[in-house]
Amino acid sequence: MGEKVLMKGNEAIAEAAIRAGCLHYFGYPITPQTEIAAYMAKRMPKVGGVFLQAESEIAAINMVLGVAAAGKRVMTSSSSPGVSLKSEGMSYISGSDVPALVVNVQRGGPGLGGIQPSQSDYFQAVKGGSHGDYKRIVLAPASVQEMASLTTKAFDLADKYSILTMILADGTMGQMMEPVELETTEPVKYEKPWATTGTKMQRKHNIVNSLYLKPEELEKKNFERFAKYKTIEENEVMYEEYLMDDAEICVVSFGITSRVAKNAIVEARAKGIKVGMIRPITLWPFPTEVLNKAADKCKAFISVEMNMGQMIEDVKLAIECKKPVHLCCRVGGMIPSPEEVLAKIEEVNEGGER
Amino acid sequence: MKKTTNILFAGFGGQGILFAGKFVAYKGLLEGKHISWLPSYGPEMRGGTANCSVIVSEDPIGSPIVSKPDVLVAMNLPSLDKYENEVVPGGKIFVDSTLIERKVTRTDVDVYYIPATGLASEKGINTLANMIITGKLLKEVEELSFDNIDAPLGKVVSARHQDLLEVNKTALQLGYDY
Repeated sequence: MGEKVLMKGNEAIAEAAIRAGCLHYFGYPITPQTEIAAYMAKRMPKVGGVFLQAESEIAAINMVLGVAAAGKRVMTSSSSPGVSLKSEGMSYISGSDVPALVVNVQRGGPGLGGIQPSQSDYFQAVKGGSHGDYKRIVLAPASVQEMASLTTKAFDLADKYSILTMILADGTMGQMMEPVELETTEPVKYEKPWATTGTKMQRKHNIVNSLYLKPEELEKKNFERFAKYKTIEENEVMYEEYLMDDAEICVVSFGITSRVAKNAIVEARAKGIKVGMIRPITLWPFPTEVLNKAADKCKAFISVEMNMGQMIEDVKLAIECKKPVHLCCRVGGMIPSPEEVLAKIEEVNEGGER
Repeated sequence: MKKTTNILFAGFGGQGILFAGKFVAYKGLLEGKHISWLPSYGPEMRGGTANCSVIVSEDPIGSPIVSKPDVLVAMNLPSLDKYENEVVPGGKIFVDSTLIERKVTRTDVDVYYIPATGLASEKGINTLANMIITGKLLKEVEELSFDNIDAPLGKVVSARHQDLLEVNKTALQLGYDY
């Protein structure tokens, strides 16, 4: 790793991607992620890469599919409404089992919504959003350092499993600056014997496709894919535990809200309330096991998120409804304050509100 | 001294609010502290009000959002109106008194009036009121200091404009001496 530099989260993603060997970026501008495209426009020509501002998000994601089929590292980025436009192409990428990275720097919705930060695309990211039976690996950074390091990770996971990965950030994470140490080691190279790189008349054609007209074949494909997803669920879960050793209340939060929650937890601890946090870093695969274990010790859970309660459903599933799960949220571009989170912790601690 | 200093810079877009914040952040980084910098973004960048949250801390930083500042830099009246009451008791408010005619009404905070915009135009450095007021900030906020200003300035002044280093230093000095 190199020296610490001050970068915006969006810029950190872009630089980390280039260092991970991603030399193909296709995108279309939208606030609050435009710095990714701007950074790529500036840097790609200097490193022999391709930056292309497509005519639309739909065009950009299909260019991503093309490069992914050729076995090269590739990404696109957007914010909420733009990601909706990309969702068809994302399903094709999942159905073709090719590796690629999509970054969503979320803003408030639905519709055109607003431009201020939000986490309201949680469902879209982890539950579907595109058509068909599929999963994608979803990583949720909570610092500018993680915007960089999880981008590196996202490319590695994509190649390792031939899968679409997503960075689910938000406007705050994209716009804020923090010190970041960038990767200086060479990216890991993965063999891609399936890539459509030309046969040179020496092998059979490789075909990358998501069309299977015989239902038996398509069913088999789906079964194989879900076997792969099971391996990912067993091996790739990432989370951070914060002050959980003696915690009676467990906050669950990801991204920017986990940062706000940390302030509230410090305040609550100072008041003698035993509260800690489990922060999912992978939203899929979700850290089900650690949450389920926590449910045996804790008396209640609080899901802190910037939507009307989306991740809270996964928390309830993970703990099999063994304990009550409360919601603390702001939406529409509003960010909960540490005081609001603290008030909820105190309320839950006193046994109120169910 | 507090372990964590929450600073809010606020003013019009174009006054160099984000730049001043970035300078203070970089200074903290190069001094080995934890720092975060969070701008308002969107329409504000295009000529409305702009603000940025800067946190300089001995400890890792939780929320990067400064809602209760220890230090407020107000470079226009709407900013003072909006944030005066959010400053923590015992905090500090720096006011550009060229652009803000009214006085701070709080009595439980320290207030510094600096005619930064007036000083800047007097000295022919019109665009550097932000750094004049920042010079004063470095003097009066005990968690900050006037030491080691060259390196962070070198980082925040873009490579193309390194000729502006000296004039930025002059502006910081002006505020410091005021």
